[in-house]
Amino acid sequence: MQSVVGNVTHQGRRSRKRLLRGGLTLVAASLALAACGSSASASSSSTSSSKAPIVVGTSLSLTGDFASNGLAFQRGYNVWVHYVNAHGGLLGHQISLKILNDDSSPSQVATNYQDLITTDHVPLIVGPFSSLLTVPAAKIASRYGYAMVEGAGGAPSVFSYGLKNVFDVSYPIKIAVVPTAKWIASLPKSVRPTTAAYVTSNNIFAEPQIAPAQAVLQKAGVRTVYNQVFQSETTDFSPLADAIVASHAQVVVLSSTSVSKIIDFVKIFEANHFYPKVLIGTNGVGEPTFVNAVGRQAANGIIEPNGWYPGYQNPLSKTFIKGYLKLYGGSAGSITASSAEAFGTGEVLAQAVQATHSFNQAKILKYLHSGAVFQTDQGPVKFNAKGENVDGVVQTFQWQDGGTKLVQILPKSSQSVAPLFPRPAAG
Amino acid sequence: MNLLVIGVIDGILTGAVYALMAAGLTLIFGVLDMINIAQGIFVILGSYLSLILEQHAGIGLFPGLIITIPVMFALGIFVEWAFIRRIGAENRVTMSILITYAVMIVVEGVLLLTYGSNYQSLSASYVTNSFDVAGHYIPEIYVYGFILSVAAVVVLYAILYRTRLGTSLRASMDNAMAASLVGVNVKRVSTLAFGIGVAVTAIGGMLFGAIQPFTPNTGYDLISRLLSIVVLGGLGSVGGALGGAMVMLIIEDVVSTVWSPTWAPLLYFAVLIVVLLIKPTGIFGRQAVRSQ
Repeated sequence: MQSVVGNVTHQGRRSRKRLLRGGLTLVAASLALAACGSSASASSSSTSSSKAPIVVGTSLSLTGDFASNGLAFQRGYNVWVHYVNAHGGLLGHQISLKILNDDSSPSQVATNYQDLITTDHVPLIVGPFSSLLTVPAAKIASRYGYAMVEGAGGAPSVFSYGLKNVFDVSYPIKIAVVPTAKWIASLPKSVRPTTAAYVTSNNIFAEPQIAPAQAVLQKAGVRTVYNQVFQSETTDFSPLADAIVASHAQVVVLSSTSVSKIIDFVKIFEANHFYPKVLIGTNGVGEPTFVNAVGRQAANGIIEPNGWYPGYQNPLSKTFIKGYLKLYGGSAGSITASSAEAFGTGEVLAQAVQATHSFNQAKILKYLHSGAVFQTDQGPVKFNAKGENVDGVVQTFQWQDGGTKLVQILPKSSQSVAPLFPRPAAG
Repeated sequence: MNLLVIGVIDGILTGAVYALMAAGLTLIFGVLDMINIAQGIFVILGSYLSLILEQHAGIGLFPGLIITIPVMFALGIFVEWAFIRRIGAENRVTMSILITYAVMIVVEGVLLLTYGSNYQSLSASYVTNSFDVAGHYIPEIYVYGFILSVAAVVVLYAILYRTRLGTSLRASMDNAMAASLVGVNVKRVSTLAFGIGVAVTAIGGMLFGAIQPFTPNTGYDLISRLLSIVVLGGLGSVGGALGGAMVMLIIEDVVSTVWSPTWAPLLYFAVLIVVLLIKPTGIFGRQAVRSQ
């Protein structure tokens, strides 16, 4: 930072450097304080109960990189709390939610769970948003013997620490693109794409989705012509997008935790009149934000794997949507999968508590490991020894009808629609 | 078109936009001897202002600048008058970082309360349309953004070197005490410099928002890049902001296109370290930015 001080004397420069260093320390301290200044919010039902209410603690990213999904999670948890309380609470106890803001920071999320468990003594906790934050959160929970049921920590690394207390209600993230890859591989050779490009952020959620899908496609003769990992901090995607355009790949897989990055790629592809036969975005593509940003025509034909969508035919999903609309208004189409994941997380925890008739963490952990099947708004959930949901089903969606409808294309069922192939050029 | 050429073109086009945003930051540092941490959120505020005009008043992105530039200028004047002017000479850099950080948090909070954390995008036909240059499509917004940014930097230069205000600004940058002794109203000059430095974020914000989606949190990514650009180019030098931005974006874009995006930031920061080791004042930084 010498250049900051210009031509001051040597002594003055050193003094300024000290000041600057002090200032940066203060800024760091204020950043930490800002993050610590956790916004606590509580949500409870007005239904009366003779038993004392209990608090369920969680840490969510209400600000920072994951704020969009963090806030969606907050809504999902709130819907769950209202749903539980309206149905008599947990073992007769009304529940309320204590949410601490982690500012999307792995260090802050650990501090928050430490506080929730050791200072607030909450009897139950539920997980944060993102695999990145689930790992430190689950480690803290494990230290105190707490079960960490979560809905957005499906990355392989979450299960690689040998933690016995983490349970992800969503499907394992590594299989997200595999159904689409298998569908491409199943296409007749005459129309099957022959080349593929993969680009992913260096993130524990995004990166693991690439290799399994790539393996399926390569086995089917779909040659990799571009495969790159970019830093999560990257803001200028034109060089990467231009390189993919130059590769003339017929299948493009864009993997990132941030929908903004996928939006960037799609916009540059549009500007380049580049229309791969299959275009897959692994996160946020099904959300209204995406369509608003790229336009309906550009969204048309884009595929996204996910665990839930508003049209999903599942009783608990319908219950969740009803509760969400009652609490937040709007339309079902505006509800994101993140909110549904949070609701499902709460439901699994509630079913474990009810099955064990206890808030005892050891009993809850034992039950979650027992092979029991839980019902959620995302479908049935069953945990293996690692805590992965072995019953988790990837549902693959695609924008169709000129980008006006998000439809389920895989797995094939009476509800699903035939995939739009090849993806049409935007008109 | 050759990937290397594509990388260079991308770097130059986006570099100009970053140069403009960094020019405001470096101008404020040069005159006021302070680091404006809020510059990133001001850019995002500029994006939101363009969004408001586009969505609620149907005013296009470029015509909207006629409104957003004065608004951001007025905001800059207000922030300088309300907060910056009250910082004493002692601990000036430290206090300026803290105060502008606080301003950033407040603006971010207001935007979050108003618009939430969903990504927003600016739309116009020239955002998705493109020019065909030897078989390579260049989005029109990048070309228009480049032209506008270069023009804005030229105007900044003209103000600095061809006007009476510019003479006062440069005198204040060189030696505030001496400038006040010869009749320059340093307080007024400082206020105007802060206003101009913030006003350019209206243009930067419009272009940034047209090129990529933004939320109130996007300012964090921006400020770190802008700071590294002005440090590389030389704190207090508008030309340095231009040079630093070009070097940064060309290195990153060429490495990303030709080699691997994984290495792009690493190589850029390696260059930054080497430059600072050889020339601690940055590429275009002067030994004497000002007298204390």
